[in-house]
Amino acid sequence: MHYYESDDLKRFGEVGRFSGELMNKFFDYYNTATGQEGALTKREKALIALAVAHLKQCPYCIDAFTTSCLETGCNPDQMTEAIHVASAMEAGITLVHGVQMHNAMKRQGAL
Amino acid sequence: MSQTVILAPELEGYESSNFNFEATVKEQGLSLEPVSIETLQVNITKLCNQACLHCHVDAGPKRTEQMDLATVERCLEILHEHDSIKNLDITGGAPELSPYFDYMVIEARKMGKHVMVRHNLTVTWDGNPRTGEQKMYLPDFFAEHGLEVISSLPYYQEYFTDKQRGKGVFEKSIDSLRLLNEKGYGKEDTGLLLNLVYNPVGAFLPGDQAGLEADFKRELWDKYEIVFNNLFTITNMPIHRFKTQLKQLGGYEDYMTRLAGAFNPGAAEGIMCRSLISVGWDGRIFDCDFNQMLDMQIYNGKLNTVFNFDYNELVQRNIRFAAHCFGCTAGAGSSCGGATA
Repeated sequence: MHYYESDDLKRFGEVGRFSGELMNKFFDYYNTATGQEGALTKREKALIALAVAHLKQCPYCIDAFTTSCLETGCNPDQMTEAIHVASAMEAGITLVHGVQMHNAMKRQGAL
Repeated sequence: MSQTVILAPELEGYESSNFNFEATVKEQGLSLEPVSIETLQVNITKLCNQACLHCHVDAGPKRTEQMDLATVERCLEILHEHDSIKNLDITGGAPELSPYFDYMVIEARKMGKHVMVRHNLTVTWDGNPRTGEQKMYLPDFFAEHGLEVISSLPYYQEYFTDKQRGKGVFEKSIDSLRLLNEKGYGKEDTGLLLNLVYNPVGAFLPGDQAGLEADFKRELWDKYEIVFNNLFTITNMPIHRFKTQLKQLGGYEDYMTRLAGAFNPGAAEGIMCRSLISVGWDGRIFDCDFNQMLDMQIYNGKLNTVFNFDYNELVQRNIRFAAHCFGCTAGAGSSCGGATA
């Protein structure tokens, strides 16, 4: 028994056992936003979702969007670059807060 | 010899109760009967210079099964006798490794038949793995006789292609495509058709055919100045070598669930077995190349071979379905000519 079981992804819909209307609205929104052609292609959406899945470290989403990327014709270079974007963003988000640190240091006369 | 290899029909083991194709077809209110025989697809040899991971034929350099001359002659007679059979689709193995390949092509073209060859690209460079016979003449031969060349190229990059088809295959394939382009293949106004086949490098469904074709055309032109006509997307069939791989990865049930879950009635209507029959190296007749590899011979009161070929009986047959047929009806569908929906 693990906290994350890959087969549990298939049971996602069971969350709608309660407050089912909200869950239906979520799935409509989710499927439209991630799974349909729009101003972005399905491939572009799959790569964004793959990057977010890694950033949020969701194993279900990594499984699902790895498949989506492959099924929309992505190659390993494109998929890896997508998670580098997520990784670089995360590093940048951490580092840019260094400005806040500098501001705090200034307020205390330390900078 | 060709007439004697007749096995009783044997379905047990092909149909999993979890993935019942015929029940699904019935639930959808579909009737998938033959409509014609426009294409005679002939698997002329199981010998191949490659041994690809996904190959449903389990073809390779050690296979010895080859169609004999009497069976080749009988196939040609059938083509001659039936104007409605317009296409001869020669497959294998690497069909060019059959000693009767050239003869069959020449005779079928004399009759005015459209002849397609499932050409793996590398055989031009590798030659015959058993005899060492060279095959560098093939691009000229194809062009001289106006064959439609249909070639597998799993991806426009080396990594996926070599992973599925073997180390060095991508580079040789690119070199062969250049040779074919030099002869006029894939170019406008030459009439020489060069179509590529994409199939997924793993347990997932193929992407949108038009989108992938645009990717392949852009990438192959930008990097190699290679042109081709159409890209056919084909789903990997969960039989033989690919099924073994799925089982080893523990993904067979998941893959079948994906195929069955993606059943598309529109794709089902266009499945290739409704307008094609498949002939094995020994002359036996099947609904398609996949049924052939599963030994699911057409049975309509008798076991059918090219030697008792009866067009009218065959267009009234019941096509034999099993779980693997979900591979032809998933998503946009899959056939030897690509998507069907």
